Amino acid sequence: MEDTGPGQGGAERLHCVVRFSEKNEPGYDYGQSDLQNLNNGTMRLQIEKLNVFVNGYHILKDVDLVVYKGEIHSILGANGTGKSSLAYTIMGLESYEVRSGRILFEGEDITRLPVWERARRGITLAWQEPARFEGLTVRQYLLLSRRASKKGPPPEEALLRVGLEPSRYLDRALDESLSGGERKRIELASVLAMMPKLVILDEPDSGIDALSINFITDSIRLFAKLGASVLLITHHEEVAAMADRSSTMCGGTVLKTGSPDEVARFYRLHCRECEHVNEPEEEVARNV
Amino acid sequence: MSEAVSNLLKGIDYSKEFELLVEAYEKSGGTPEVLKSDKYASLAIHGNHVLGKNEVRGLRVETVETENGVRVKVQVEPGVRIQNPVHLCFGLVPEEGLQEIISDFDIGEEAEVKFIAHCSFPNALRIKHVMDSTIRLRRGAKMTYSETHFHGDEGGIEVLPTTRATLEEGAVFENEFKLVKGAVGRLKIDFKAKVGEKAVCEIYAKVYGKGDDDIVVSESLHLLGARSKGLAKSRIAVTDRARSEVIGEIVGDAAYSRGHVDCVEVIRGREAQVSAVPRLLVRDDTAKLTHEAAIGSVDKKQVETLMARGLTEDEAVDVIVSGMLR
Ligand SMILES: Nc1ncnc2c1ncn2[C@@H]1O[C@H](COP(=O)(O)OP(=O)(O)OP(=O)(O)O)[C@@H](O)[C@H]1O
Ligand SMILES: [Mg+2]
Repeated sequence: MEDTGPGQGGAERLHCVVRFSEKNEPGYDYGQSDLQNLNNGTMRLQIEKLNVFVNGYHILKDVDLVVYKGEIHSILGANGTGKSSLAYTIMGLESYEVRSGRILFEGEDITRLPVWERARRGITLAWQEPARFEGLTVRQYLLLSRRASKKGPPPEEALLRVGLEPSRYLDRALDESLSGGERKRIELASVLAMMPKLVILDEPDSGIDALSINFITDSIRLFAKLGASVLLITHHEEVAAMADRSSTMCGGTVLKTGSPDEVARFYRLHCRECEHVNEPEEEVARNV
Repeated sequence: MSEAVSNLLKGIDYSKEFELLVEAYEKSGGTPEVLKSDKYASLAIHGNHVLGKNEVRGLRVETVETENGVRVKVQVEPGVRIQNPVHLCFGLVPEEGLQEIISDFDIGEEAEVKFIAHCSFPNALRIKHVMDSTIRLRRGAKMTYSETHFHGDEGGIEVLPTTRATLEEGAVFENEFKLVKGAVGRLKIDFKAKVGEKAVCEIYAKVYGKGDDDIVVSESLHLLGARSKGLAKSRIAVTDRARSEVIGEIVGDAAYSRGHVDCVEVIRGREAQVSAVPRLLVRDDTAKLTHEAAIGSVDKKQVETLMARGLTEDEAVDVIVSGMLR
């Protein structure tokens, strides 16, 4: 058998969690003290020891995460570290099989709820690569999104908030004819239209031109201002910095949570050099 | 009118025949005003009765009533651009009967015209509707033909539209067939086109099958002229015990000809069935044909996207399917 380095030989894989003793270092402030003020520390999302499999692959490992009411929580992590998988699992997508652990939303265990029931409780997701629809107009999509809660702004305003001129976009089809950036901004507009309690944004800033990034960050601030919690997945440290707290993921787990500064430093120092990013271990995930 | 059809029409007040047809026309989505207006060329046929006909400058419509239907000849003069769409209204109001429309379209060089046809059989229990069209687009002609059907809810109908189109150099033909409301019955579309140099032929079929509906869409584009283009796009949804089969064929016989078959068939429920048979044949090394077919369940990511906005799975699928068939 080929030598795959440390961690080889046991059923348990030795990953960053072990290697970087900094994780959960005693006395480390998770950033929670700053949150004592944030809505009295009311937890909106609690993820406990979550293990998730996709197609038999162990994708998320012992993930723990808390997001407070009104908190913007950013997630940093190299490609393939499980950020989108975490987003999809919180949303409840079918392929993401939770084998152990649980997800609590406002104290209720939602681990087994179907997607739409989670949505109706106030969770939604803006996709990293949003789906395209034939024959569905932008207006219809925004109206459908607004239907569940009726709290969000009407389609025109939602579009303006992401910097798109309503008269040019409302009647267009949500199909392949939209550019990547346009489609992503419409995705964010649809989340605005829904105005849920927990917004999961999977790289809302990727593919957005530099001049328009303000529309994205302003929208994120608006969510928080209105009391929503935002789980913000991003590769941009500048965007991550707008969060109240930050976490970094590696090898399918949350390695570290803290202030955005702290986490960004940790990420720069360790994760960029991490061998799991550069040489992902084959046998790592296979654990059916 | 054949005795059989006359008998079937018994009990219908003939002075009202036009009103009844118009009522049916409205059910299939037509706007009655256009059949009565001078601005629009139009033709209204009930069974084998020509009930209304209006020509405009540059467009001639000749009709001959036959035993079971009508022979129609439509001519557009060369170089004429018909401003408003030409409205065709065919159908049969009774529950039973046969309607056979044999038509011949001749679109002159550089002429341009758009047809909007509605075929209505709102009470169909035992109806057969045959459409035999021969279409010729002369050099540089442009024609759009969009046909919407309505067959009521019982599905007691057999519809057999056959089209043979010839596109001369630089001609552009867009053909759409749509049957998404009510029952389909038994539908067998047979479309064949010969596409000349730099001509473009695009055909679209959108059908929603329910109950015991049986749908066959057979399309064939023969790209005969250099740089000709063809697109065969079908969007079919079936539920209950309905079945559909799409046979999309393109033959690339000429230099730099381009063709694409694009077929999506969605199935809902355990008893329905869909199949797709794309057939591409190339006989010129500069020609290029492609096809994509997605058959089966609705795209999962689309469904999950809408569910993440609070729609149940069924609601999400409804939205996606009706968008696809729009
Ligand atoms: N269906 C699947 N089958 C096998 N592996 C999968 C599947 N889906 C995801 N993975 C793997 O799970 C890991 C996490 O993927 P995920 O998409 O969550 O990463 P990410 O952190 O969002 O990355 P990126 O920054 O590129 O968006 C990756 O290694 C990916 O290859
Ligand atoms: Mg991702």
